[in-house]
Amino acid sequence: MPYDPRLVAPMREEMVRMGARELKTVAEVDEVLGDQKGTTLVFVNSVCGCAAGNARPALAVALNHAVRPQQIVTVFAGQDVDATARARQYFSDYQPSSPSIALFRDGEVVHFIHRHQIEGQSPQTVATNLTSAFDKFCGATV
Amino acid sequence: MTGHVFHPGHHALHGVTVLLETKGRVVYVGRFDTEDESGIHLVDVAVHEPEGSGPTREEFVRRTLKFGVRVDRKHTLVPSAEVASINPLSDVTS
Repeated sequence: MPYDPRLVAPMREEMVRMGARELKTVAEVDEVLGDQKGTTLVFVNSVCGCAAGNARPALAVALNHAVRPQQIVTVFAGQDVDATARARQYFSDYQPSSPSIALFRDGEVVHFIHRHQIEGQSPQTVATNLTSAFDKFCGATV
Repeated sequence: MTGHVFHPGHHALHGVTVLLETKGRVVYVGRFDTEDESGIHLVDVAVHEPEGSGPTREEFVRRTLKFGVRVDRKHTLVPSAEVASINPLSDVTS
């Protein structure tokens, strides 16, 4: 059962503040992920206070990097259930976990961060993982 | 691990995805929940039990690191006497 929307509102707002577009419906997910060109980061948000509480600040740090994906989008696991399930179909080789982060280039998953790579890590460590991927896959010439 | 308690007030590994090696041939990957007198409780658990044609332990770990935990069981209790080692999956290299 989804949490009270008022409880998760700050977690949504944190994503929007850093420039992520929320995808709340299957149609919105398909619109963004269905025919991709360029680079897109999908952040699977979570209510887990510890893992997601590290992952969101990590993404915020990473998005200050000089090189970054062209699009940043987010779905909320356990909240926007249908949208999250649809998004996961686009990276179905990877087992579902939340929070998690998928980086696409031209529709292909080129980097994935699982929950287990976030647990117990500092935001800076996770951010470094992300910015390394941004440098590798989101630069002008790839 | 960075050394801080992931979920304050709980076991240091609570909520952390771990690789649990038993003294036998079975390997588990799952989120550490609790430890009590009956053993270690894991949730959302992938189980590797070596069989003739199945993946090796190394292949199981390598695939789990890359693609995540393929959940076979929602909960598993591993008796303490059977536990050989427990390590955060993030510390494991295949």
